[in-house]
Amino acid sequence: MWGLLDFYRSAMKQSMLTQFQYRAANYFYMIGMIAEPIIYLSVWSVVATAQGGTVAGYDAGAFAAYYIVWTLVRNMNIVFTPYGWEERIRSGELSGLLLRPLHPLHYDIAFFAGWKVVVIVLWLPIAAILAWLFQPVLAPTWLEVAVFAVAIWGAFLIRMMFLWLLGLISFWTTRVAAIYELFFSVELFLSGRIAPLALFPDWVQALADWFPFRWTFGFPIEALIGQLSPMALITGLAIQACWILVGLGLVMIVWQRALRRYTAVGN
Amino acid sequence: MSLQTDQPVVVVNNLSKTYEVPERDAGLLAALRSLVHRRVRSIHAVAGVSFTIQAGEIVGFLGPNGAGKTTTLKMLTGLLHPTGGEARVLGYLPARREPAFLRQITLVMGNRNQLQWDLPALDSFELIRAIYRLPIAGFRSTRDELIELLEVGDLVKKPVRNLSLGERMKMEIIGALLHRPKVLFLDEPTLGLDVTMQRRIRAFIAEYNRRTGATVMLTSHYMADVEALCRRVIVIHHGRVLFDGQLSGLVEQFAAYRTLVVTLAEHGIDLAAFGEVIARDGLRYTLRIPKAAAPLITARLLAEAPVVDLVVEEPPIDDVIEQVFAVEAA
Repeated sequence: MWGLLDFYRSAMKQSMLTQFQYRAANYFYMIGMIAEPIIYLSVWSVVATAQGGTVAGYDAGAFAAYYIVWTLVRNMNIVFTPYGWEERIRSGELSGLLLRPLHPLHYDIAFFAGWKVVVIVLWLPIAAILAWLFQPVLAPTWLEVAVFAVAIWGAFLIRMMFLWLLGLISFWTTRVAAIYELFFSVELFLSGRIAPLALFPDWVQALADWFPFRWTFGFPIEALIGQLSPMALITGLAIQACWILVGLGLVMIVWQRALRRYTAVGN
Repeated sequence: MSLQTDQPVVVVNNLSKTYEVPERDAGLLAALRSLVHRRVRSIHAVAGVSFTIQAGEIVGFLGPNGAGKTTTLKMLTGLLHPTGGEARVLGYLPARREPAFLRQITLVMGNRNQLQWDLPALDSFELIRAIYRLPIAGFRSTRDELIELLEVGDLVKKPVRNLSLGERMKMEIIGALLHRPKVLFLDEPTLGLDVTMQRRIRAFIAEYNRRTGATVMLTSHYMADVEALCRRVIVIHHGRVLFDGQLSGLVEQFAAYRTLVVTLAEHGIDLAAFGEVIARDGLRYTLRIPKAAAPLITARLLAEAPVVDLVVEEPPIDDVIEQVFAVEAA
C-alpha cells in the first residue's frame, strides 16, 4: 500500500511539473471552455426573468452559482479520452506501459489527478472574475463544502473508469467514434451539463438517477450550491462510490479480454 | 512461480503466434463484397520455435525483417499471448504479466518512450523508482552507476526534448535498467545511432552483463553488435529456427567460401585463374574462393605467383547471414 501511495505521489508530482510548464496553454484552454457555460447562463437567466424571476427554483443568482461551479466540475471531468487509445496502441506507448509492474490505469489516474491539482489552482482566479461579473448567490455550509471537495474527485474517478471502458473498445475495432459520440450525447443531457437536472421533466430526472452521468457532473455542483439535503449529500457520495466500483469492476473484466487481443503492432 | 537455480532462464517450447489479418481486393465491388463476406488470412509470425537460454548468456537473435524476432520477444515479455506452445522466463509464464516477473525483466525497443518529454530525465527516473518500488539508497547507487557507465552526467538535468536521438536512447536504456533486471530483451538497441554511440552502447551492454550476470537476448541488424557481444546466435526465418549455436559455428556451417587478400610484387599477373576477383587496389587483390578448395588454392598461389603478402579471411558475418537466408529460400 505504501508503495502505491509513493507511486501516486511521484506521478502526480511529475504531472504537476509538466502542466505548470504549460501553464499559459492550460489557462487559454480553461478560458476557452468558459464560453459554453456563459451561453447556458445567459439563456437560462433570460428564461428565469421572463417567468417572473425563477425556473424550477433557480433564479439568476442560483444559475450564476451553478454555471460558475460548472467550470471547475467540467475541468475535473476531463480524463484520458477514448480517442487516445488508438494512438496509444499504434504508437507503441501501450507496450511501454504494459512492461511496468503496475496497471496502466494507476498511471492515468495519477497523471490526470496531478493535472487536476494544477487546474484547481488556475481555476480560482477565473472563478473570482466570473463571480464579480455574474454575482452568484452561494452560501454553502461546511458540510456542503466538504462533500463538494470529495465529490469532484469522485466525479473524476467515475468518468475515468467509464471513459477507460469506452476506450477499450479500440482493442476490438478502430472505428469507434460513432459509439463515443452516442455516449457523449446521452451524457450531455443526463449529467446536468446542459442545464440543471431540476429543469428537466420528472421522468428524465428519474432516468438520470440510474446512469453514472449525473454523479459526475450535476451532483457535485448541486452539493455546493445548496440544492441538496444533508441526507442527499451523503447518499450522493455513497452512490458515487458504487459507480466507481462498478466502473472499476467492468474495466478489470474487459481489460483482461482486451489484452488477449492486443497485437502490439509497431513497437 | 520462481526459477530453480539450475534451470535455464528462458525456456521456449514449440512457441507459435498466428495473426488473423482481414484482406480484400482493391476496388468498390470488392469493398462491398467484403461487407457480407469477410476474408481473413492467417499469418504465422512464429511457427513452432524452441530454444533455451542459460543464466548469464548473451544470445543474438537474428533474422530478416518479418522473420518473427520481435513477435517472439513480445511473447517472452508478456506483451503478446502465444497462439500455441509455451514460453517460460525465470520460471514465469510471461503472458500472465505477474508484477514479480515484470520487476525482473526489461525490453528495450527502438521507440520505447518512458521518459517525460518536457522534464529532465532525472524526474522520469524518480517515477520509475516509484513504479518498481526501489529502495531509495539502492536506486540512487544504480542510477549514478548507469549514468557514469553511459557518460551522461551532464545531460540528465536537461529536458528530454533537448536531447539528441542517441542521448535519448542512452536515457531510455538507463530507465530500462534502473530496477536491475535479470533478463534483458534488447530489440535493435543501436538502431539509428552513429558508429561511436553504437560502440559505446555495445560496451555498456557487455559491462552490464559482466557486472550483474544478467541474461541478454539481443536482436540487431548491425552485425557488429552481434559479433561484439554474442558467442551464441539463434537465426530465425519465416517464424522457424534455422540455426542455434556458436557464432563461429554459423560461419563454419553456412559460409561456402573464404576471402583471400593477396599482395603481389609486380603487375601483369592474372589471378582470375585462382578465384573470383572481387576487389583490386593497386597490387592488392581480394579473391573469393570455395571454402573446400582454400588450402589447395593458397598453396598454388604461393607457388605460382610473386606473393608479398597473403591473408585468408572468413567472409563478413553479414554475407554469411545472407547466405543462410538464401539457402532457406532455395
